[in-house]
Amino acid sequence: MRGSEQDHAALGSVAVAGLPVASAEASVYHACSAARALTPQTAETDAIRFLVGTQSLKYDNQIHIIDFDDENNIINKNVLLHQVGEIWHISASPADKGVLATCYNKRGGLGSGSSVLTRVLPLSVVWEPTGDGTRVVSLADNHLLLWDLQASSSRALLASSASLEGKGQLRFTSGRWSPHHNCTQVATANDTAVRGWDTRSMRQIYCMENAHGQLVRDLDFNPNKQYYLATCGDDCKVKFWDTRNVTEPVRSLEEHSHWVWNVRYNHSHDQLVLTGSSDSRVILSNMVSISSEPFGHLVDDDDLSDQEERRPEDKSQEPPQDGVIATYEEHEDSVYAVDWSSADPWLFASLSYDGRLVINRVPRALKYHILL
Amino acid sequence: MAAAAAGPGPGSGPGDSPEGPEAEAPERRRKAHGMLKLYYGLSEGEAAGRPPGSDPLDPTDLNGAHFDPEVYLDKLRRECPLAQLMDSETDMVRQIRALDSDMQTLVYENYNKFISATDTIRKMKNDFRKMEDEMDRLATNMAVITDFSARISATLQDRHERITKLAGVHALLRKLQFLFELPSRLTKCVELGAYGQAVRYQGRARAVLQQYQHLPSFRAIQDDCQVITARLAQQLRQRFREGGSGAPEQAECVELLLALGEPAEELCEEFLAHARGRLEEELRSLEAELGPSPPAPDVLEFTDHGGSGFVGGLCQVATAYQELFAAQGPAGAEKLAAFAQELGGCYFALVERRLAQEQGGSDNSLLVRALDRFHRRLRAPGALLAAAGLADAATEIVERVARERLGHHLQGLRAAFLSCLTDVRQALAAPRLAGKEGPGLAELLANVASSILSHIKASLAAVHLFTAKEVSFSNKPYFRGEFCSQGVREGLIVGFIRSMCQTAQSFCDSPGEKGGATPPALLLLLSRLCLDYETATISYILTLTDEQFLVQDQSPVTPVSTLCAEARETARRLLTHYVKVQGLVISQMLRKSVETRDWLSTLEPRNVRAVMKRVVEDTTAIDVQVLVGLLYEEGVRKAQSSDSSKRTFSVYSSSRQQGRYAPSYTPSAPMDTNLLSNIQKLFSERIDVFSPVEFNKVSVLTGIIKISLKTLLECVRLRTFGRFGLQQVQVDCHFLQLYLWRFVADEELVHLLLDEVVASAALRCPDPVPMEPSVVEVICERG
Repeated sequence: MRGSEQDHAALGSVAVAGLPVASAEASVYHACSAARALTPQTAETDAIRFLVGTQSLKYDNQIHIIDFDDENNIINKNVLLHQVGEIWHISASPADKGVLATCYNKRGGLGSGSSVLTRVLPLSVVWEPTGDGTRVVSLADNHLLLWDLQASSSRALLASSASLEGKGQLRFTSGRWSPHHNCTQVATANDTAVRGWDTRSMRQIYCMENAHGQLVRDLDFNPNKQYYLATCGDDCKVKFWDTRNVTEPVRSLEEHSHWVWNVRYNHSHDQLVLTGSSDSRVILSNMVSISSEPFGHLVDDDDLSDQEERRPEDKSQEPPQDGVIATYEEHEDSVYAVDWSSADPWLFASLSYDGRLVINRVPRALKYHILL
Repeated sequence: MAAAAAGPGPGSGPGDSPEGPEAEAPERRRKAHGMLKLYYGLSEGEAAGRPPGSDPLDPTDLNGAHFDPEVYLDKLRRECPLAQLMDSETDMVRQIRALDSDMQTLVYENYNKFISATDTIRKMKNDFRKMEDEMDRLATNMAVITDFSARISATLQDRHERITKLAGVHALLRKLQFLFELPSRLTKCVELGAYGQAVRYQGRARAVLQQYQHLPSFRAIQDDCQVITARLAQQLRQRFREGGSGAPEQAECVELLLALGEPAEELCEEFLAHARGRLEEELRSLEAELGPSPPAPDVLEFTDHGGSGFVGGLCQVATAYQELFAAQGPAGAEKLAAFAQELGGCYFALVERRLAQEQGGSDNSLLVRALDRFHRRLRAPGALLAAAGLADAATEIVERVARERLGHHLQGLRAAFLSCLTDVRQALAAPRLAGKEGPGLAELLANVASSILSHIKASLAAVHLFTAKEVSFSNKPYFRGEFCSQGVREGLIVGFIRSMCQTAQSFCDSPGEKGGATPPALLLLLSRLCLDYETATISYILTLTDEQFLVQDQSPVTPVSTLCAEARETARRLLTHYVKVQGLVISQMLRKSVETRDWLSTLEPRNVRAVMKRVVEDTTAIDVQVLVGLLYEEGVRKAQSSDSSKRTFSVYSSSRQQGRYAPSYTPSAPMDTNLLSNIQKLFSERIDVFSPVEFNKVSVLTGIIKISLKTLLECVRLRTFGRFGLQQVQVDCHFLQLYLWRFVADEELVHLLLDEVVASAALRCPDPVPMEPSVVEVICERG
């Protein structure tokens, strides 16, 4: 794998206490460097753990492993060194807690008065969401590469690839693996278009030309509802698509006042959609009408067994309307990454360029409304 | 004299003549009369005649009813001196004497009268005796006369009876003669065509013949008559069926047939059937006019034909029917109503077809006149045939047409607005081809505004015809109320303003690539147009409408303020969109310039890059477009910016810039926190990049510049810079700083964003060696 690396790292080797700033709602952590890369540790389902990759050209880069103690609002961090270069993208294996992938710039030697660096390749790596964590897709310029990671050796084999052809310099900006259809679909974004690919044939299966007025920055599949896809872009909009109808979006939101860099569905309650923007805001939206639970959560008592509170009278409430649930303004700089915790579905983290990581919760009232 | 006139005492009348010479003593006389009256019990009635001041109960009043001589005397004696007593005594004596003489005179006079009355009675007695004798003689004479008279009448009695009998026979014979002559007369009448006469004869004879039909001779006559009558009826029917003659003649036929005792029911049916035939003929001719042949008469002529032909015919039929079959009662009236309803329905269908053809036309006055005629014509049969509801149906048609007209005008206004926009687009596109200065935006705006206003006024004037006083339907409740308020005000005017706003907003909603097709100048112009509407035009138009159409309806109407708010919102959205579009254009330029360059291997900067000059040029062009178009006023800028840019920049480049970069070079580890806190401080006021703009030039340009610079920042953060790359960014930013500050409301904002760009570039540079500020300045001044 060119330029990407897997760290079979022993976690928790060095325990360094961070400087948690605990507020009533939000917990803030500073990575002390510019940072763009954030991921939850996907395979970890007990502890709330996020991985942050720093981006510095001058100093050694680090991967901060951030553990959040939900009960005491305390943040603990572990730092792994990532000496090979600045981290542009980070992702964790869905099967093995110990495996993660980073995309980074390798620093070259110093030339005559100017630094020489390798080109940024690839720009993101996406794991197959289910399965044994042996398949990843990476995006590099105009290439879509499918890799087979063999657990026995630390080698990655290129399984297949596809590339964009067309005039001009085409370049992928983002890609996601669909959790449906037995994980045979991948969607990518380049410029204003969103394309779907079949990983078996590596052929394009659909294409939304002009999905956004300007560059498409990110996309995410609804984890619970087939065909539903959220995209965001430089036109400040977040759009929701049914991939069977590529001409018109199902819904469109325009809440941010600058480019939207990140959109994420909540893993279990897909009406909750998180977006991060370079207007330094994080917005949590409720898209209940196009979620898999448009009439509220159809609960079994088993699902509720771990909930201490039950309010039967809430069941008769009106279903919540679509709209913004909350706007989080703790960041001072552009937010380039947001993601949900893999362990606690009510918790999410956002990372801004100045290295500030903010951990927030879904408002309690809404949480109970969804659950009860 | 008053007392004398009022006193009807029996002695007063005869006492008049002897008193004549004594007129010199009226006082005395009155006293005497008063006493007489007192005697006759008239004192109460005479109260009014007393001298005022005297108390009737005063016992000392000599003339009073309650005179007490003792009291009087006592009073005199006590009050009066001797001389006065003497005087009163003599006075009293004189009065007593006068009274005595008066009494004598009265007695004498009455006596005389009594004597003469006795004489008269005696003479009358003699006269009566003579008259009695004469009366007896008269009575005997009268008895003789009576006797003679009785004898004469007894002798004449016999002859008189015979004469009477003869007269009766004569009359009977004449009747018989008439009967015998009847068949021939009838025949003659029928031959001559005098059906009326014949029917009258027949009518006279019928009852007699009916009565005496048991006699053979009469039987024969009756049979003859019946034959003739049958023939007559047949002829009448023939004539009736032929129907060539007009409705009045037919009516006559029917009347005669009725008189002949033909069954009314059947006649009624037949009459209506004939009328139907005629009216359907009319309808057919109308339909022919409708037909596909192009030279159809105009709508006015059409309704005239319909009015005079069909409606006139229907009126005649209805009148005749009601006269003829009045005896039929409600069943007959129902029949007529059904008949009128059915034919009326056909007529209305035709009229509606014709009016539908007119729908696309532009001549409202003709249409209104036609509708007026149509409606007016139908009011007459409407009165005749209330049950058929023709007038109501006609009003409904008129209302429907009016509604459609309103819709048509709304469409027309919309189309006019769109064509205005197309014109503007062309005008905006044209000068680029010609390469010369096009018409100013202000001029275009004025053109559009005046053109739309004149269209609105024309529509109002056209629609106003419907409510003109002389139009027969204008006083219908619909035209007085709903038409004015819901139709014209809400449907037409408010509807148009709303649709105008929507059309304008649709330019904002179109997705990016399509929105790009809208010329930004058009957005600007529309925004201004909407703002003008908000400030003045809407209230003007609505006032105009309310004045022209005195709205009496109580139904709620959209208030001016709501519309104004909508227009303002539209203007704001358009302007915001304009800012976005223009910002995007510049952003794209900047993004391309950052993304396509190899910043690592760039050479030492000698010049400001061309793209930055282009950015400044474009910004200036937008500035000119917004201001020279006179579309928006200047707006407020913070006062500090009036200084020359140079001084401001020197602060920026020397102290602040150094301050910003200084920590970056020191190799100590915690410098990042320092920098970050610095950034945090600077960002204490959050910059909303795509924030809504205000209606002034500075705000617009601030918006555009914010968008552009934020894009530059984000793009720079994605690249890696070599030392000279960083320096180039430094030079570019300084150049932008030099020229952009004057456009924005708060130049601090430009500083902030450009600082951020340079800081980010420094962060993305492994070897950040900034250029000397003085060199930067020199390069910028040269470029």
